[in-house]
Amino acid sequence: MTVSAFDEMTGSGADVRQGYERVKTWIGETEVEQLRARQHEAELLFRRIGITFSVYGDAEAEERIIPFDIVPRVLTRAEWDRLSAGLVQRVKALNAFLGDIYGKGEVVRAGVIPEDLVYGNPYYRPEMAGVAVPHGVYVPIAGIDIVRVDADTFYVLEDNARTPSGVSYMLENREVMMRLLPDLCQTHRIAPVENYPDELLATLRSLAPASAPGFPTVALLTPGPFNSAYYEHSFLADKLGVELVEGSDLFVSENVVYMRTTQGPRRVDVLYRRLDDDFLDPLVFRPDSVLGVPGLLSAYRAGNIALANAVGTGVADDKAVYTYMPEIVRFYLGEEPILQNVPTWRCREPDALTYVLENMADLVVKEVSGSGGYGMLVGPKSDVATIAAFRDKVKANPTNYIAQPTLALSTCPTFVGEGVAPRHVDLRPFVLTGSDRIRIVPGGLTRVALKEGSLVVNSSQGGGTKDTWVVD
Amino acid sequence: MLSRTADTLYWLARYVERAENTARILDAALRLATLPAGYGGSSNEWESAVAATGSEDLFRSLYGEATQATVVDFLAFSPDNPSSIRNCLEIARHNARAVRTALTIEMWEAINGAWLEMKRFDGATMTRPRLGEFLSFVKEASLRFDGSAYRTMLRNDAFDFFRIGVYLERADSTARILDVKSHILLPEGQSVGGGLDYFQWSAILRSVSALTSYHWVYRESLRPRLVADLLILRREMPRSLTSCYENATRHLDYLARTYGRQGPSQRLARASYARLESMEITTVFATGMHAFLVDFIGENNRLGQAISEQYLV
Repeated sequence: MTVSAFDEMTGSGADVRQGYERVKTWIGETEVEQLRARQHEAELLFRRIGITFSVYGDAEAEERIIPFDIVPRVLTRAEWDRLSAGLVQRVKALNAFLGDIYGKGEVVRAGVIPEDLVYGNPYYRPEMAGVAVPHGVYVPIAGIDIVRVDADTFYVLEDNARTPSGVSYMLENREVMMRLLPDLCQTHRIAPVENYPDELLATLRSLAPASAPGFPTVALLTPGPFNSAYYEHSFLADKLGVELVEGSDLFVSENVVYMRTTQGPRRVDVLYRRLDDDFLDPLVFRPDSVLGVPGLLSAYRAGNIALANAVGTGVADDKAVYTYMPEIVRFYLGEEPILQNVPTWRCREPDALTYVLENMADLVVKEVSGSGGYGMLVGPKSDVATIAAFRDKVKANPTNYIAQPTLALSTCPTFVGEGVAPRHVDLRPFVLTGSDRIRIVPGGLTRVALKEGSLVVNSSQGGGTKDTWVVD
Repeated sequence: MLSRTADTLYWLARYVERAENTARILDAALRLATLPAGYGGSSNEWESAVAATGSEDLFRSLYGEATQATVVDFLAFSPDNPSSIRNCLEIARHNARAVRTALTIEMWEAINGAWLEMKRFDGATMTRPRLGEFLSFVKEASLRFDGSAYRTMLRNDAFDFFRIGVYLERADSTARILDVKSHILLPEGQSVGGGLDYFQWSAILRSVSALTSYHWVYRESLRPRLVADLLILRREMPRSLTSCYENATRHLDYLARTYGRQGPSQRLARASYARLESMEITTVFATGMHAFLVDFIGENNRLGQAISEQYLV
C-alpha cells in the first residue's frame, strides 16, 4: 500500500509552502558534497560533545549518537499558535483527569471511561489514591507526540505523561544548526528555544510543597550513567544548575528527603525524577530496586516533597486511555478538543476487534502499554507470517491492543546521502505545567524516520532528529 | 556539593594523573632499555617499571617474564590491570560522564577526546615508534585535561577535591618511583661514577620531568643526595613530596574554610607537611631511604582514607 503523504515543504504538489521559501532555495543552491560535509561536521560535533544514547540489549554499541539531519523542519507562527492552544487544553485535561481518578473518580462514575481501564490499569497506583500532590499538578512535564496528515490536520499520537525525554535534543539541535548553518538561520526569524531550562526551573520551583523553605532546593534524580537518557539528565541538571542525584545520594529521615553532601545532609524540596515509578521506592514498589530511595513515597505522601512528574501518571498516557482523551477533554473543560486523536479501534470492543483482525495488514496495531516503538505491528510493512503471529497475540488478549489506520505521516525534506528526499516526521513539543501557569517553548523535537517509506521515528529503531523552527 | 560528586572528581583527577605517571615510567624504561648495557641499559629495567607502579603481584599472576612486550602490555593496555593506562582513561572518562555537571566543557572535551583517541591505539600491534606516539598522546591528554581544569574550573570546593586528588596521586607516584631506585641512590655523598648510574638517574629525573629542573636548582652533576633532595624536599619542585603536601594541605584548608569546620584530614595533612618542611635530606638517608618512603606511602594512604571518611561517603 502506498500512501501519498503531505509534504511539509511542498504540500501535495510542487509549490513551496509558507515558511519554507528560503529553506527550499538553500537546498536547491547547495551542492550535495557541501550538504554531506555539513552533515559530517554535525556528527563530529555531537560525538565530541558526547550527545549519545544507549540502546538496550546492544552491548556492541554502548553509546550511539542519534542521527541528526541538517534540513530544518519549519512551522509557521499561525500553525504553532493553533497547536499550542491545543496542547494547553490537552495537558489541562490530563492533569484534571489524574486529580480526579486519584480523588473522587467522577469521570468513572459519569461513565465517560470504563472503570477497569482506570482502576485495573497496570499504571494505576493505588498508593496514590487520596493523596494530595503539591498544588494538584500531576504532569508538570508532558511530551505530546503530534503527527500531521495534511495542511490543517494534526493528530495527537501519544501523550507522554511519565518521564518524557528528548528535550536535550531540541536544545542541542538548535545549537548545532546555529554553529553549522549560521547564514540560513539568520535569514529566518526563528523563535528561540534556549529559555527552556529557565522555564523548567520556574515550573519546578513553583511546585515546592508548603513545608519547603522560601528558596526551595530542586534536584534531578537519574538512574545513572548506564541509562539510555543519561546524557539528557546530566545536560538538564547542568542547564538548570541543580544537583544530578542518584538514589544512593538521597535518604529519608522523618519523612523529609535529604541529599548527602560534603557538608552533611541537605533538604530536597522538589525532585525532577527521571526514574520510573516502579523503581522509585523499594519499600513500596519493586523491592529489588537499587536505583530508588527507601521512604521516598512516605515523604511524598506526607507532603514534604514534590515529584515531577507525580507517581501514577502512567494511567494517562496508556494507549487505551488515550482513546478516551477527546471525551476527557469535553468532560473536564467543557470544550471541543482542538487537537484530534488518531482514529482508533479499541480491540476490547467486539466490533472493533473483528474489524482489526480482518484488516490487520492495513493497520498499525499497538500494545496499550508498549512504548519506544516496541510491541507494535505496522501491517503494511510486515510479512504474512508476522501478521499471523501478531493476530494470535491480539486474539489471546484483545484488551491489550488498539489499532489505528496506517497514517500518511507528513514528510519533510531530509538529507539522505545521495541528496535530499522526503522522509516521514513527527513532533514532540514539551509542555510545562507549574502551580502558576503553563509554559511551552515554541517548537519541540522533530523525529524523522530515515529509512525510505518507514513510519517508525523512534531513536531506538533507527530514527533521527531535526531542528524544529517556529518562524514569524 | 554531593559527596558522590566530590568522590568522583577526586578519583577522576587521580586516574588521569596516574595515566600520565605510568606513561612517564614507561618512557623512562624504554629509554634505558634501548641503551647498550655498558651505558646503563639493564635487563631488569622492565621489572623496575612494574615495581614503580606498585603492582608486581598482579603482574606476576598475569605474565611470566618482565620484558618490553609484557610490561608495555600490562602497564599500557591490559584490561586486567585496573591501573593500566587504558583502564585509567576508561575509568576517568566514566567518572567524568558521571559528574558531567561538575566539569567545564573544556574538561569534558579533553577527557572525552582522549578516550575516543585511545581507541586508535591497539596494544597487540604496537611498534616502537607507535608506542612513542602513544606515550606522548597520554602525556598530552593529561596536560590538556589538567590545564583545562586549571584554567576553567570555578575555584570552589569541587576544584579543591579535584586538586587534592592530583596531589595525593602525584605524591604516591613520586615516592614509588624513588623507592624502586632507592638502592642506587646510595651510597650517600658520592658523586656518580660510571655511565650506568648516570643513566639510571637521569632516567628517574626524566620520568618525573625534572632533569632540567635539577640542573637549574643545583647547577652541578647528578648526585644521589641531591636527586633525593629534589624529589622529596624541594618546595619549588612540583613533583616533590613537600610540594604535593603543601598544595594538598592548602586545598584541604580551603575546604575547611568554605565549610566552616575542619577534621582529621586537615590535621593529618598539616602534620605530614610540617614534618617534610623541617626535614633535612641527611635525616632521610639516616633513617634509610626505603624505610622512609614506605612510611610516607602509608601516611599518604591514611590521608586518602581520612579525606574519604570526612567528605566522600
